[in-house]
Amino acid sequence: MTLNRRRFLGATAATLAAPMVQAASHGRARVVVIGGGAGGATAARYIAKDSQGEIDVTLVEPTRMYYTCFFSNLYLGGFRELSSIGHSYGTLAADYGVNVVHDWAVGVDRDARSVSLAGGATLPYDRLILSPGIDFVDGSVPGWDISAQNAMPHAYKAGSQSELLRAQIEAMPEGGTFAMIAPPNPYRCPPGPYERVSMVAHLLKGINPTAKILIVDPKEKFSKQALFEEGWGAHYPGMVERIGPDFGGTNVSVDPMAMTIDIDGAVEQVDVCNVIPAMKAGRICEIAGVTDGNWAPVNPHTMQSRAEENIFVLGDASAQGDMPKSGFSANSQAKVAAMAVRGALTGSKVFPAKYSNTCWSLIDTDDGVKVGAAYEATDEKISSVSSFVSQTGEDAALRKATYEESLGWYAGITSDMFG
Amino acid sequence: MRAAEPRRLGAVIVASFMGLAASATGALAELQGNPEDGAVVFQKCKGCHQVGPEAQHRIGPHLNGIFGATAGRHEGFAYSKAMQRASADGLTWDLGTLDAYLENPRALITGTRMSFRGLPDEQDRHDVLAYLRQFSDSPRDIPEAVPSAFAREVDLPPEVLAIVGDRDYGAYLASECLTCHQSDGSDAGIPSITRWPTEDFVVAMHAYKRQIRPHPVMQMMAGRLTDEEIAALAAYFQDLD
Repeated sequence: MTLNRRRFLGATAATLAAPMVQAASHGRARVVVIGGGAGGATAARYIAKDSQGEIDVTLVEPTRMYYTCFFSNLYLGGFRELSSIGHSYGTLAADYGVNVVHDWAVGVDRDARSVSLAGGATLPYDRLILSPGIDFVDGSVPGWDISAQNAMPHAYKAGSQSELLRAQIEAMPEGGTFAMIAPPNPYRCPPGPYERVSMVAHLLKGINPTAKILIVDPKEKFSKQALFEEGWGAHYPGMVERIGPDFGGTNVSVDPMAMTIDIDGAVEQVDVCNVIPAMKAGRICEIAGVTDGNWAPVNPHTMQSRAEENIFVLGDASAQGDMPKSGFSANSQAKVAAMAVRGALTGSKVFPAKYSNTCWSLIDTDDGVKVGAAYEATDEKISSVSSFVSQTGEDAALRKATYEESLGWYAGITSDMFG
Repeated sequence: MRAAEPRRLGAVIVASFMGLAASATGALAELQGNPEDGAVVFQKCKGCHQVGPEAQHRIGPHLNGIFGATAGRHEGFAYSKAMQRASADGLTWDLGTLDAYLENPRALITGTRMSFRGLPDEQDRHDVLAYLRQFSDSPRDIPEAVPSAFAREVDLPPEVLAIVGDRDYGAYLASECLTCHQSDGSDAGIPSITRWPTEDFVVAMHAYKRQIRPHPVMQMMAGRLTDEEIAALAAYFQDLD
């Protein structure tokens, strides 16, 4: 059996691999990855690791210390130190030979196949991977723009924004109001705003138990809604109020100077206002000309841009179909793209794509829930083929195990990203 | 030109490899319908059903949000006794149940008032379901929403099976596991899966696949692996240093 298989393998590998080898005229094939998060770091690591030196990998990421957006809510709730969600790129450079460049990518020349950096350098590439995450849509919350992010933080890119938001919550007057302007679909991390509400409620319950939380939401429904609402009722009774589209949730504006929000004509004074605007692909996608509307459409089998076959787009920035915009999704997509890139540049074998996602959320101490799905690539889109979600009324032991599982996942995915 | 040529060849080879898998599993295009074609098929339903932002109940209920809904639960619509019974029994609308209902309404619900003889053509059903799917929760926004495509038992062709013993295939399959399970064997919160005896690994994965072991993430992951793929993973993790 093994012998037969081996013999067959030889034949298959030869027929599959021989024509695929890139005849690079400049020596080692070059891959440039823009963005060092769940998509980009994973792709850089897998390509460098699996090509064993055959591919020259450069990762462009502005920050030296990357704070994961996932688990930043747990920092707000006091369950994690900020330092515990910060990661550097030292191992990717030292152990995997990835060239890590801390700079902003500001231009993509698709004809010359090169990326220009804010610092003046130019990076040539054979394949380019864009994994820049999200940017915000200007004007989506009237009265707010990025210059107001100190008065009304978004905290939807982790790090200093997370610290600022937590400091503001801790400084709220007794019985004050925390407001969240929730984003419209689609956005990064579907359960994220509601996990954040849970974590803010947990923090306030300890330091300011008469404080209120007001969610202004343009959406009728949200992920894990029954689980969150059950949890808020059980752990934080009377604290959380949500205004949906039926009561003006779609018609909201803010005044960051006055710290007021206007909901369908009714003006509310608030103490903290977390504005999570509408989102779009990170700007480099627009610069590269691979967006259609707010997002960058991709081939579901490979994560290749629909606009340019030498460019791959991963994670939040991509429009691929049914996968939610999450770190888990980006990590899953990165492995498919890494395989396709290696296949094209070195002739390594390419297997049918497999994608999956799971999102854990914490509602209160030891009360974890999750949602997940499996996906398959069709020619049109990445389609969900099965899904599951935690159930209301689960016992405490299961919820605790789910939370502990999320800690294990965090350790697993961050070592899968950063080595 | 010289630079462009190998790149195009690469794409062709990738496509033809996909083709190998597709030919053994039935065309991938059948995995889901085409919503634009489905809009045309929906003309047959329009006499009684509306769907979309302004949809109202007519002779039949409106079809917004039907995916994931329990049968017969729209407020303000008078359902047949048969549909009420199906509702009480817990019939939920998803691709599978809707496909069966559309193929032959009376076969699924004897006594339904939907006087429609059914759509015998599978592609028509898939297309119209793809069209209707757009008016229910999107899995992109609400990940727990019901699936948008039919799951298929992955039936890999011999060419692919032949390379299952190959470390590259095991390594690629394993990369999906390593999002959660750590390659260094750490086991905080999520169990270690390295250095298991092969047989234990295979038995455990089949127990998830058959949903005898209860963990939902693992049931989902194992559910889409073939016997050969499970064997490849077992071999890979057994030797992982």
